[in-house]
Amino acid sequence: MTWEELKQAAEKRREEIGTFEHEVHVCTGTGCHSSRSDMVKTALDKEVKERGLEKRCRVKGVGCMGVCGAGPLVSADAGAKMFQGVTPEDAGKILDEVADDKLAPAEMRLDSKMPFFAGQVRVVRNLAGEIDPERIDDYVAAGGYDALFKAISTMSPEEVIDEITKSGLRGRGGAGFPSGLKWKTVAKAPGPKKYVICNADEGDPGAFMDRSVLESDPHCVLEGMAIAAYAVGADHGYIYCRAEYPLAIKRLKIAIKHAENLGVLGNNIGDTQFNFRVEIRLGAGAFVCGEETALIGSIEGKRGMPRPRPPFPAQSGLWGKPTLINNVETFANIAQIVQRGGGWYSSIGTEKSKGTKVFALAGRVVHTGLIEVPMGMSLRDIVFTLGGGIPDGGKFKAVQTGGPSGGCIPEQFLDMPVDYESLGAVGSIMGSGGMIIMDDTSCMVDVAKYFMDFCMSESCGKCVPCRVGTAQMHGILEKITNGEATMRDLTMLEELCEMVRSTSLCGLGQSSPNPVLTTLRYFRHEYMNHIENKDCAAGVCKVAREKKAAGIAAEVHA
Amino acid sequence: MLPTSKKISPPSDDKRWRIVDTTMRRHGYAPEALIEALHSAQETFGYLTDEALGWVAASLRVPPSKVYGVATFYNYFHMKPAGEHTCVVCTGTACYINGAGDLLKAIDETAHVKDGETTEDNRLSVLTARCLGACGLAPVVVIDEVVAGKMKPEALKERVRKLIEPATEEVGV
Repeated sequence: MTWEELKQAAEKRREEIGTFEHEVHVCTGTGCHSSRSDMVKTALDKEVKERGLEKRCRVKGVGCMGVCGAGPLVSADAGAKMFQGVTPEDAGKILDEVADDKLAPAEMRLDSKMPFFAGQVRVVRNLAGEIDPERIDDYVAAGGYDALFKAISTMSPEEVIDEITKSGLRGRGGAGFPSGLKWKTVAKAPGPKKYVICNADEGDPGAFMDRSVLESDPHCVLEGMAIAAYAVGADHGYIYCRAEYPLAIKRLKIAIKHAENLGVLGNNIGDTQFNFRVEIRLGAGAFVCGEETALIGSIEGKRGMPRPRPPFPAQSGLWGKPTLINNVETFANIAQIVQRGGGWYSSIGTEKSKGTKVFALAGRVVHTGLIEVPMGMSLRDIVFTLGGGIPDGGKFKAVQTGGPSGGCIPEQFLDMPVDYESLGAVGSIMGSGGMIIMDDTSCMVDVAKYFMDFCMSESCGKCVPCRVGTAQMHGILEKITNGEATMRDLTMLEELCEMVRSTSLCGLGQSSPNPVLTTLRYFRHEYMNHIENKDCAAGVCKVAREKKAAGIAAEVHA
Repeated sequence: MLPTSKKISPPSDDKRWRIVDTTMRRHGYAPEALIEALHSAQETFGYLTDEALGWVAASLRVPPSKVYGVATFYNYFHMKPAGEHTCVVCTGTACYINGAGDLLKAIDETAHVKDGETTEDNRLSVLTARCLGACGLAPVVVIDEVVAGKMKPEALKERVRKLIEPATEEVGV
């Protein structure tokens, strides 16, 4: 297929879609799908047929709309009308409002102008909830693969890299390494064979933006990978995806097949010399495989164990060849940067953190789901304005960012702008963008113990500080929550944190003390309460449960 | 050329071995196909049997010790058969702070089975997951492959009771 043919295909599809007066979108992401949105779609299709609206109304399965907690979701007329908690029986009410201007019951309607939506700037997720992720023509009609053809037809690989550098895009997987610099290193590395890998091993508990991107708009990731391959001189790509995401894998497989059939993946793309094919590799449930050298080991069919760097994968990666590894969200930004220019992208965000970031809001917050906001928005705006604050009149206690490698940020930093630097300054990290909001019902020592338990089980066992250190730290935290610890244990815990942080081989070990360090820094009084008063204010830990049981026993006795 | 072209015949004449063989053939019986082959074997047989591990090792020319090492390294692979029904409790952060622990307790109280165990009558296996990525619906339980969100302990007890019911009838409870 040539660029001209792509444009014609897009135009043809747009005309087809344009004949419909109304478009009704049903979310088919994992969240809504699990509350049976497929049955909602079937019911809507049936209702449209019964009312003879086939020519006026088109019902379409789309990707994630964001407010996963309110699902199943249905939207109509380009998001102007939204419905929440929809059941198959509601199909008639939705069509009443869409086609007949009869308002649906208030509890079903969702305000599409509420801050949750209005406060967002959508780049990565601009087509999520708009296109059918299982149809490539929908993506093409929305301008898809235009950026790839622009790059391979009118730009040199150097120009593409320059544009990415100019955009200021930084890796969205967590560490925030400048993407342009990474691409340049791989491009400069000698050798005819290079690889591009997309890291879709979203292991952080509480983060699900990559899953959502893959389920809602898989082609934008493939397009980003293809542009990257052209820029660095690779002809072979892998997507390393978690086996726990069956829907994402299914849609990726469909997308790759469609892209090959259309000729936007494969040999001589756009009648040029550029070849690129993509394969999927399934992860098998190991958190450490999110680390790039471990991920490479896993693709090679081995245990996912990190190795020392340098050499970095950019010089010696998959099978010893120069390899570019970026995360799903990073690749999802690429097509638009090429299309609209690096200057446009860098106009969004803060001085050092450019563009937008997708955050997954979960935990004790009114609107759980995905939001995409410009870098630099304050935590308060994210949690309270967009997220709607704490439900059931609870009191905000902390927000946990960055998963097991991140930290807990207390109330006093709510007005802090969220970017890579600010989060680092308070002891946390951006991570992949998971934000777990906690209120008074969570005990911070227990939360620290939870993450340490995670790191302890997920440690690959290769280096001693991580393998043994995490187990020792977990043991001390266990003692504290059981009410058996002394001040000496606390000192020991702090020493261990420092030792594990500075001597572990990879990021998993180095960052594993972060949840403990931040909770010690901001919630030390909770640790002291467990140690000195043998009490847990949130009533979560064993020490509090025992105290309560003892109290009841004493009463009964009296 | 290495003598790899000689195909190793499967451990039995069970036709399902062909599915695993297709996966390995697609990768040219290369050692790096190991994880893909294990995925295929587990999907086909429900868990990784000793025969499957041995055959994959021989077919891909990978030492059995390495195959065992990989199979035990990754959480996703199981070397024991699962019960008739499975119940996976997500223990991701959002589910954890929304009461995933209470859900595990509820299952234990109803079916007397803990994380990683199967009931004696083989009716129910209980597993935990690191994070299913459905945090908007926390706490999440996957019962026989179907995701159930915003789960409450009482409701889960009821679901579990139904799963194990016929067995309890048999012993006359």
